[in-house]
Amino acid sequence: MSSLTKVTVSPHIHSGRSTAGIMRDVLIALLPVTVAGIVIFGLQALLPIVMCVVCCVGFEALFNVIVKREQTIGDLSAAVTGLLLALNLPANIPLWQCAVGSLFAIIIVKCLFGGLGNNVVNPAITARVFMLVAFTSMATAVHPVDVEASATPLATHEMPSLMDMFLGTHSGCIGETCTLALIIGGVYLLARRVITWHIPVLLIGTVFVLSLLTTGFDASASLALIMAGGLFIGAIFMATDYVTSPSTPWGKVIFAVGAGLLTWLIRTYGTYSEGVSFAILFMNILTPYIDRLTRRKVFGEGGAEK
Amino acid sequence: MALYLHGIHPPHRKNTAKKPVARMSAPATVTIPMAMHIGKPAIPTVKVGDLVKVGTKIGEADGGISANIHASVSGKVTKLVDYLLASGSVTTAVVIESDGEMAVSEDVCAPVVNSKDELIRAIRESGIVGLGGAGFPTHVKLDVEPEKIEYLIINGAECEPYITSDTVTMLTRGDDMAYAIRELNRVMGIANVIIGIENNKKEAIANMTEMAKSVTECSVTVKSLPTVYPQGGEKVLVYHTTGRKISAGKLPIDVGCIVLNCTTLATIGAYLRTGMPLTEKCVTVDGGTVKKAQNVMVPVGTSLKDLLDFCGGLTEDPEKIIYGGPIMGVTVVNTDCSVLKNTNAVLALTKKEAKLPKTTACIRCGSCVNTCPFSLAPVDIATAYEKKDAEELKALSVVTCMECGCCSFVCPANRPLVQINKLSKQLLKEEQQKEENK
Repeated sequence: MSSLTKVTVSPHIHSGRSTAGIMRDVLIALLPVTVAGIVIFGLQALLPIVMCVVCCVGFEALFNVIVKREQTIGDLSAAVTGLLLALNLPANIPLWQCAVGSLFAIIIVKCLFGGLGNNVVNPAITARVFMLVAFTSMATAVHPVDVEASATPLATHEMPSLMDMFLGTHSGCIGETCTLALIIGGVYLLARRVITWHIPVLLIGTVFVLSLLTTGFDASASLALIMAGGLFIGAIFMATDYVTSPSTPWGKVIFAVGAGLLTWLIRTYGTYSEGVSFAILFMNILTPYIDRLTRRKVFGEGGAEK
Repeated sequence: MALYLHGIHPPHRKNTAKKPVARMSAPATVTIPMAMHIGKPAIPTVKVGDLVKVGTKIGEADGGISANIHASVSGKVTKLVDYLLASGSVTTAVVIESDGEMAVSEDVCAPVVNSKDELIRAIRESGIVGLGGAGFPTHVKLDVEPEKIEYLIINGAECEPYITSDTVTMLTRGDDMAYAIRELNRVMGIANVIIGIENNKKEAIANMTEMAKSVTECSVTVKSLPTVYPQGGEKVLVYHTTGRKISAGKLPIDVGCIVLNCTTLATIGAYLRTGMPLTEKCVTVDGGTVKKAQNVMVPVGTSLKDLLDFCGGLTEDPEKIIYGGPIMGVTVVNTDCSVLKNTNAVLALTKKEAKLPKTTACIRCGSCVNTCPFSLAPVDIATAYEKKDAEELKALSVVTCMECGCCSFVCPANRPLVQINKLSKQLLKEEQQKEENK
């Protein structure tokens, strides 16, 4: 009898795509806006970034050790959460608050629910909302280098020029101001097929169209509104989180339009000047239902068709 | 017609497409299992010591869904042995010691076929089974009311990586295919034939277009299809060539179609012309460990060891040896296994080729849902299976799954999705049996 070979059930080859590869792509896509944030807000912006990434990865590693689970930090999802969280914080945020935010994102929102894939809501967004409510430092966004701190343009209602809005040289969180860099990252994710166009385009588009209505069809004012606050970073990087957004094309449409509508409602009628995080968080919770509602029709269902 | 169904783009690796086909002479012995088809195993009709020739019947079809089996070499029956099939079950195999003559049996003569019944009887006699890999007895498939057949669809998709034996058929056996089409037209009145071929096989498309022109008795068209796995899946092919959808549990004939693999068609042609049953097979031998990858004409029952030796042997120990393609193919235990009737390829893959990533947590990316040709939701099926929730599995229509494996191929967490689909179908079957026993 000749030597035995390995017997397994098919398939015997794989596309090679991996969770870590996808997360690496997200990190690469976040690089332009990270650099832009450091350029715009100065080196001080680097501190919360490093703090959040180190804390998120560290807390996940620690959690896995304590509960004796297989180490998962290699999938890079904790690093993505850390970077995304930091980019949603003002540059002058106290570092201990970064640590608390990271702890909340990783331990409470992610690990306690069973780790990657089982979290109901997006860790970075939920932590941001938590910090928004818990810490007053979050209310004052930081102005670009050499300019005094003040609130986000959405709160002050004094809009910078459209070019400033596009390049990000205005007050806000580290990673939310530079629309150009965010779009570059988004295009990269589309090109790498990490995300599809549905959620970013429809979420931003919905807010834009609704803003047209409230501004009396003033296109430039509406453009300024969509570029202000965290709409682009939220729409491109947070609302597209696989775990907490629908997987069907129509589900994505409902999710995006719903989040856009909520963002606009909160911004227009709510007490908070910024609504993207709340809107995405709310839609996160609806995701399982949207997925169920938009299940595709199975091939040949409803009898044979000629 | 609606858009093409979803699927995947695995590497083509059609390394052997342009190489000449080698012919292997008779090996010292052949081991021919009695179960090389779907259905009941054949019953051996020879005993130890019997002398046989190429084409001598050595196994008689047992019942309706079964197939005859013929000797592939001339020589002496030396043993009847237990043979372990890839499915895990055991069947009898006839071992024939070759005399090296390859003398053809006197029984081999072209059948006289002038009616549908005669055709079905002849094909049943020939032992021809579906050569695309499934091995479904062809005489059973063709035994339908001829009026029901609107289209005969010839499967030349060959969508799995590596395999090129169907391509070889389309390049070299156009005559046999044309003969079979003419006969099927004459006897069964089949009027429309569509040959579906993936567009990465330009030469095969050109050759088949020529062949189609030569058949004036009925309409033969060649349809160039996108190179997307699983283009060769029966339901996928029927949909892409005719726009007709076959729902779960239904057959192509329910939408007026019969699907035959191109090599099956060529084999039917050859049998009707010469009376030589299915005793040899064109097999693609490839994979990183094979010294000389090529297509080989090989007697059925030849051991994989003899076949691989004929191809120069292996450069290293293979990680896996597979019957068929790397996506749906079946692994074999060792090289003592035989080339079967429905073996279209033997792949001896290196560790690197057959490398599967570690399975990690599902990140709900939706790749499986958006890749499934039949719009199933493998991620939800997996959740339902974990809970053994038969009702939910039914609602998710897991029975529709053709087990093409696209979901597992694309899953970034390498979750065993198609594998769970198979288990889910099994679970539903068992549940149904329980219901019936009540």
